[in-house]
Amino acid sequence: MDAIKTDVVIVGAGPCGLFAVFELGLLDLKCHVVDVLDKPGGQCAEFYPEKPIYDIPGTPSCTGQELTDRLLQQIRPFDPEFHYGEMVESLEKLENGNWLLRTDGGKVFEAPVVVIAAGGGSFMPKKVTLPNAAEFEGKSLFYAVRKMENFRDKRLLIVGGGDSALDWTLNLQPLAKSTTLMHRRQEFRAAPDSVNKAFGMVDAGGLSFIAGNLSGLHGSDGQLEAVSIKPTDGGEEIHHECDNLLVFYGLTMKLGPIAGFGLNLHENRIVVDTEKFETSVPGIFAIGDINWYPGKLKLILSGFHEAALMAQQAKRIAHPGQKVLFQYTTTSTALVSKLGVAA
Amino acid sequence: MKINVIDREGRQHELEATPGWKIMEVIREAGLDIKAECGGCCVCSTCHVYVDDAWLDRLPAIEEDEEEILDDACELKPASRLSCQLKMAEELDGLTVTLAPEWA
Repeated sequence: MDAIKTDVVIVGAGPCGLFAVFELGLLDLKCHVVDVLDKPGGQCAEFYPEKPIYDIPGTPSCTGQELTDRLLQQIRPFDPEFHYGEMVESLEKLENGNWLLRTDGGKVFEAPVVVIAAGGGSFMPKKVTLPNAAEFEGKSLFYAVRKMENFRDKRLLIVGGGDSALDWTLNLQPLAKSTTLMHRRQEFRAAPDSVNKAFGMVDAGGLSFIAGNLSGLHGSDGQLEAVSIKPTDGGEEIHHECDNLLVFYGLTMKLGPIAGFGLNLHENRIVVDTEKFETSVPGIFAIGDINWYPGKLKLILSGFHEAALMAQQAKRIAHPGQKVLFQYTTTSTALVSKLGVAA
Repeated sequence: MKINVIDREGRQHELEATPGWKIMEVIREAGLDIKAECGGCCVCSTCHVYVDDAWLDRLPAIEEDEEEILDDACELKPASRLSCQLKMAEELDGLTVTLAPEWA
């Protein structure tokens, strides 16, 4: 695949990554934004979409989703391009001085500046912690559904209590040979309509439900044959035969491939200076929760400040020789025209 | 006031606990390895601890939102609690908790 050439690649579409588009855009730097989630907002979208945030200057209260929506509106004049559901896997320096980034989805980017705004790292599925789980992963134990056809005529065990578990149960049940849904209790954190549909299937005999937790995986050569289940009511362990196990325990944040980028780290966070928020490698910046410097506070407003200072140095690297003129959006006709607003 | 925290290597730490702080905050500020990804707003389950049996009945009851998030806790046990939902107070002086495993 041909590399997408741009001024800046921003890793992470949380609030700091989004606001970086604004600060870089004022300096005429074009941005591509990559995020492992399928939507913008990062932790604001994943953890706090409905929860209020009270410490954004000038905004007494807004939810995580509202903040995300407002930032998207604010950066629209700069026409950033988003690449959702992609995780940056590798970063290498080219002979021309640019950076080459590759994602797990096969996209390639070339840019003189990389901004890591990856918060607590990549959101990844929580995985089964049973000691032999890795043996089955990707073969008969899955944390996502890529192709529904793969589950045709299989005996499925789907585990979890949220919308993903319910939705996949409803979607795969018609294809599967048999389907069992397991959750530790009868109550689900999912759309009531999905829950009603699933229990309608249970009543009609097309779906089994078990209240319990996984306690063992059995099989060979990556192929599951059965699992052990501890029932929630404290009853005797159940031996449950199945071909495929689908687990939806939600997401957790992992530093992931960033740990291998060759940047200096401090307790799993990227060390930066406090003048340019550049990492130990020139041309690579880190802003927001993912960075560390003495006195760092993991606040959204700190990330906004870091984005503004980062952009100054990013400009010097991406457009060497151009003078960086410091201007205010209030008074600069040039900035006002970039923003597309009436002066 | 103090709490005792057993880390994932089995080491016990006696921590000074300020009344009003969440148990999660006491553990995090002491520099122990607790992720507490969501910062204490009861959405992530990464401040999961096991409460010492002797203390189980002396804690405030589990509210519905904690019960929901415990769905996602790693290696859930009857003694599981989210430490962001427990506030330090006089009656918890001497509380012992064990850090639960992290998700793989």
